[in-house]
Amino acid sequence: MSTEQLIFEKGAPGRRAATLPELDIPLRPLESLLPADHLRAEPAPLPEVSEIEIVRHFTHLSQRNFGVDMGFYPLGSCTMKYNPKLNEDMAALPGFARVHPLEHESLTQGAIQLLFELEQYLAEISGMKRITLQPAAGAHGEITGLMLIKAYHEHRGEGHRNIVLIPDGAHGTNPASAALAGYKTVELRSDARGGVDVHHLEEVLAAHEGNIAALMMTNPNTLGLFDEHIVEIAERVHRAGGQLYYDGANANAIMGITRPGDMGFDVVHFNLHKTCSTPHGGGGPGAGPVGVAEHLVSFLPGPLPAYDAESDTYYWAENDPLSIGRVRANCGNFLVLVRAYTYIRFNGPDGLRHVSESAILNANYVMRALQDAYDLPFDRACMHEFVFSANRQKRNDVHALDIAKRLLDFGVHPPTIYFPLIVPEALMIEPTETETRETLDEFIGMMRQIARESIDEPEKVRQAPYTTVVGRLDQTLAARKPDLRWAGSAVSQPASPIPSRVR
Amino acid sequence: MSSAIPGDLKYGETDEWVRVDGDEATIGISDYAQNELGDVVYLDLPWDDAGSRTIKAGDHIGDIESVKATSPLFSPVSGLILKVNESLRDQPESVNSEPYGKGWLLVIRLSDPSELDKLMDAAAYEAFIQTRKQ
Repeated sequence: MSTEQLIFEKGAPGRRAATLPELDIPLRPLESLLPADHLRAEPAPLPEVSEIEIVRHFTHLSQRNFGVDMGFYPLGSCTMKYNPKLNEDMAALPGFARVHPLEHESLTQGAIQLLFELEQYLAEISGMKRITLQPAAGAHGEITGLMLIKAYHEHRGEGHRNIVLIPDGAHGTNPASAALAGYKTVELRSDARGGVDVHHLEEVLAAHEGNIAALMMTNPNTLGLFDEHIVEIAERVHRAGGQLYYDGANANAIMGITRPGDMGFDVVHFNLHKTCSTPHGGGGPGAGPVGVAEHLVSFLPGPLPAYDAESDTYYWAENDPLSIGRVRANCGNFLVLVRAYTYIRFNGPDGLRHVSESAILNANYVMRALQDAYDLPFDRACMHEFVFSANRQKRNDVHALDIAKRLLDFGVHPPTIYFPLIVPEALMIEPTETETRETLDEFIGMMRQIARESIDEPEKVRQAPYTTVVGRLDQTLAARKPDLRWAGSAVSQPASPIPSRVR
Repeated sequence: MSSAIPGDLKYGETDEWVRVDGDEATIGISDYAQNELGDVVYLDLPWDDAGSRTIKAGDHIGDIESVKATSPLFSPVSGLILKVNESLRDQPESVNSEPYGKGWLLVIRLSDPSELDKLMDAAAYEAFIQTRKQ
């Protein structure tokens, strides 16, 4: 058994990665430089390691990580698409990588031009009038969009509107963002085809007449299904005085095919790390630009990039007095925006449509190839992702979690499980457009094998995984009694969620 | 998998049970519900509201978090909250191991005992679970 050592467990006292030249100024005691209450009683227990130890430690950890560059990653709702290396080349260009946000406009013309053009591209893709590139993530985009809606209602003297409608299959960030913006949320039921139940919508609109602030929707929704009633839904919400917010989490399914603006939405956020192939996970940096229809433009955070044709120069335009103000320093996560710009320019309008069409085709291919082995709660053509239920496997006491764990043995990242909540034992699969037919066929083969094992050898699935560094973790213990601090090797540790058959 | 459904309790459509003792009602979640949720890791209950908060049937009274998901909890009856099960702060697993015993959630002084008639008895709840499985 070999357990992973922490960096604190490596090295030896006094060992250093760098040697500094001798001090050539007088040494002053810390006490003379800092107030006493800012000083530690004891030195911090920092690792003392050589450079090669640090490099090997983190290189080793990185090799145990799993990413889309290593294997198939059908994590539904997350759009773990391949990030083309061209994006990295462009983001590494010194003119982009080394520019400072506070440099004078005359020295950053190229950067402002890129943001100006990116805004236009995103406006075209979404059918919106203008875009703010500031939000640093999807959920940041959500709160920004809701603040815009709130500012709009308040400006019209309708600040009392306090209800945000959210379908029962929505991403959890939607109600969280609405609550953060000071709204009350009301849940909308789904109908038998997996869309918003229009009759329930009517009831809810009537029950909260005069108080509807907005409806937040993802379309296609978290079941991977396109809501066929979207135009009717939009009309009803607008008639009730509400605004329509489009959660762009699933925009990978619609590029060049349809646009939120044409469906009737007033506000849209993009997840550039999903739709536009910028890096994903690891805590960021991300980008969640927000687009708005014409009547909301004045409220956008600023400054916005602008172009003066007469002098052929780009500049930052002053905020409208109605602006909600900045939501992020400078122009947002600039190098993420450079990557998204590269992706859009590289693909072009026809290419982006092809991306979405391929994503849809791949998802339908996998869904149809597996629907005899897993329950498909909504049997319709899907968009870029679909949701199976492991209800059938559950009869043999094999759950969605077990299937996900077993997939690890095949070198595949498992799909999203237990989401959306409206499907019991949900397995949410999103292959993305970049996967080859061979990869999809391999995955189909794995899923069929696991379905067979669930009948013939259920215990084998229940005990999986077998080929990973650690086996099945006791996630209950980890959640109930999280052991988050390393207390030093000499101190006895509480029960570990890592089973003893660690290899 | 079959679930225990004690005959002396009443059940709500959101899988809470009610045990009536005089004008007091103890509320918990059913064995079926705890089984569907999986291992419970945390409960958010109205810890500070005992003796001070009156709730209506259908009110959101807290959330239950399992390794799978977080789900809202609803009260099947109306009345004043008398007690909240403090032991669940440290031992949320009681909801899994003894959903009808140590895993109880709240005790409420019933303000409208006629509400009990709207709840299901054990046989009706069993049939209700069966229809949902399909």
